[in-house]
Amino acid sequence: MLQETAFTKMKAENEPISGAELMLEALKKEQVEVIFGYPGGAVLPIYDKLYDSKILHILPRHEQGGIHAAEGYSRVTGKPGVVIATSGPGATNIITGLADAMMDSLPLIVFTGQVATGVIGTDAFQEADILGITTPITKYNYQVRSIEDIPRIVKEAFYVATSGRPGPVLIDIPKDIAAGTAKVPEEQEIVLPGYQPTVQPNYLQIRKLTEAVSRAKKPVILAGAGILFAEAYEELKQYAEQQNLPVVHTLLGLGGFPAEHPLFVGLAGMHGCYTANMALYEADLLINIGARFDDRLTGNLQHFAPNATVAHIDIDPAEIGKNVQTHIPVVADAKEALKQLIAQEGKPPVHQEWMDTLNAWKAEYPFFYKEDGRLKPQKVMEMLYEKTKGEAVVVTDVGQHQMWAAQYYKFSKANRWVTSGGLGTMGFGLPASIGAQLASPDSIVLSISGDGGFQMCTQELAVIREQNLPIKIIILNNSSLGMVRQWQEIFYESRFSHSKFSSQPDFVKLADAYGIKGYVIEDEAQAESIFNEVLTNNEPVLLDIRIDPDENVYPMIAPGKGHHEMVGVKP
Amino acid sequence: MKRIITLTVMNRPGVLNRITNLFSKRNYNIESISVGYSEQEGMSRITCVVHVENIGVLEQITKQLNKQIDVIKVMDITEQSIVARELALIKVVSNSSTRNEIYSLIQPFRASVIDVSKDSLVIQLTGESDKIEAFIELIKPYGIKELARTGTTAFLRGTQKPSQAIKPYSIV
Ligand SMILES: Cc1ncc(C[n+]2csc(CCOP(=O)(O)OP(=O)(O)O)c2C)c(N)n1
Ligand SMILES: [Mg+2]
Repeated sequence: MLQETAFTKMKAENEPISGAELMLEALKKEQVEVIFGYPGGAVLPIYDKLYDSKILHILPRHEQGGIHAAEGYSRVTGKPGVVIATSGPGATNIITGLADAMMDSLPLIVFTGQVATGVIGTDAFQEADILGITTPITKYNYQVRSIEDIPRIVKEAFYVATSGRPGPVLIDIPKDIAAGTAKVPEEQEIVLPGYQPTVQPNYLQIRKLTEAVSRAKKPVILAGAGILFAEAYEELKQYAEQQNLPVVHTLLGLGGFPAEHPLFVGLAGMHGCYTANMALYEADLLINIGARFDDRLTGNLQHFAPNATVAHIDIDPAEIGKNVQTHIPVVADAKEALKQLIAQEGKPPVHQEWMDTLNAWKAEYPFFYKEDGRLKPQKVMEMLYEKTKGEAVVVTDVGQHQMWAAQYYKFSKANRWVTSGGLGTMGFGLPASIGAQLASPDSIVLSISGDGGFQMCTQELAVIREQNLPIKIIILNNSSLGMVRQWQEIFYESRFSHSKFSSQPDFVKLADAYGIKGYVIEDEAQAESIFNEVLTNNEPVLLDIRIDPDENVYPMIAPGKGHHEMVGVKP
Repeated sequence: MKRIITLTVMNRPGVLNRITNLFSKRNYNIESISVGYSEQEGMSRITCVVHVENIGVLEQITKQLNKQIDVIKVMDITEQSIVARELALIKVVSNSSTRNEIYSLIQPFRASVIDVSKDSLVIQLTGESDKIEAFIELIKPYGIKELARTGTTAFLRGTQKPSQAIKPYSIV
């Protein structure tokens, strides 16, 4: 039976209801569990109604932290993260998060307050043209012009954000619209004639691909985050096994295919492994499923998969042929396409020689690092992997530590890897881990940052304490903007222009100020004992791990180079 | 190469901004864009003239336009049997000694004079962009004081040659 709420009562009595209530009611309908929001003048009518709402509201300490937390939540649950920011500065503070979510196709529903309808366009206090600003970095955006439209717009926004290729949708609500009242409108259907994502693949292309697989001598699957959005991990595994196809992952795809599976080749791209990149380079059939051929993956396009017939399965037709010429285009949801490929029961390729080559490379060119007595970040990542039995949710910031995490943490399951790929947003990690922990309360969440990026959203430590989130905050501290320092060392004759910190906060004291216990770790023995003590308990902790500051990320494809020109592939 | 793309779009707030934004975001070269209501209620028609280096870029443009939620239909009609027109208003210097000469240029172009003053004429001309350009070249020596052009607007003729079925840019 429907529970009687103020809303149902009002609806029954046909009493006027405010825009803010209509909005919260619409969120309830979409089963929203948590909102990441920050109040201010233009959203006060909404916050007044939130006062009585049962939806969990998380108050970040900066709107940027709020939207990154929503991204982390979305990445782990697959559901849209919901954000509220006030007009003007509140709204402009979420721009980075919107651009980040747009690049990495994360579904978000973002509400911004706006000045009252009557003063829009007058440079009123805290007015910003948020529709104009966010048009290129949202999948779609709305400004609510009448109260009665709120339920339809919210419904539409959830549909647009989560269907097809997911992405952020922004709803701008003028203050008078939120505060004003209207009769509860009749339910309206979604009408979006210009938006009909193609989900089912074209049968002829599926046939073509099946035949190409049978004939291939050097086939490889490149699996991207599309696998995760489509929840196609089982189908991917089944198809790869049925056809005996090796699988490489993009950075954002990690976890879509089990890392310990014999058919898994590894991470491809700028800091990917030799075997994965060479598999792409040598392939005669490249099957891209849900990846967008980003330049950090492909390297120089002129040398990319030069001998391959390229098949590309993507729900976004505009991605097909955008960067790489495609011979077998399949516009479809990855899960549906894989189901149909499996159903074909095509003849698997005869390619023992290829599989032998890949396995020989795997044995000969694993990720490696030198052990010289200094604490190596790679060693730290290996230890974290072992201590958490590969079951942690790993959230990273951007820089060297991110690449080491991607290289050394082996994901056996999907949706445990949270990182900013397309935009490469420093400051993403710490707040994203808040969303990740809320999304997966029983998991160990490792929030891995560099000493630089950690300082871009440090204020969110307050939320971790306030909400008692047992996040394990790990700072791989190299006293520098490591990734920048590495590029300066390699490409700018070691002219370390503004990439080394001459002064740094005492991170343990900083954690202490927020009521979080902190430790400095300087060697392996300390790491061993402190990891054992803190990784599985139910408390947040900050670990300031002093790693070898000279360590670089290898192997590497230098900018402008191809996959066959990797450097640092062997000790 | 020059291509004519027509769009049918929903009349939602900001739709023109979305289209022009897309062109600048993706670094596409646009020569003209013209917008107005269409025969269907709630829909507008946009005609864009774009310059592209190759078919690949053209395909990207049409796909990116199609991806816009407010865009219902995208057609590259360049190679179809079409009617394409542009309107130009040209204010040209003229006095009693040049007036007759200018009138004699106007006639073959079927342009018309819609305003006359002591020292200038306003000429209205419609036609395909080539024709307008040719006329402007011709009239330039007299001194153009002001020029306004609408950009091309176009659609398909009622009958198409059978071989010229519209090529959809979706590759599925
Ligand atoms: C917001 C933002 N500003 C600048 C950069 C450029 N950038 C990429 S990696 C990096 C260094 C990061 O240093 P740190 O957080 O200490 O991580 P490390 O590389 O040392 O592991 C910088 C400055 C960025 N990605 N994001
Ligand atoms: Mg650092």
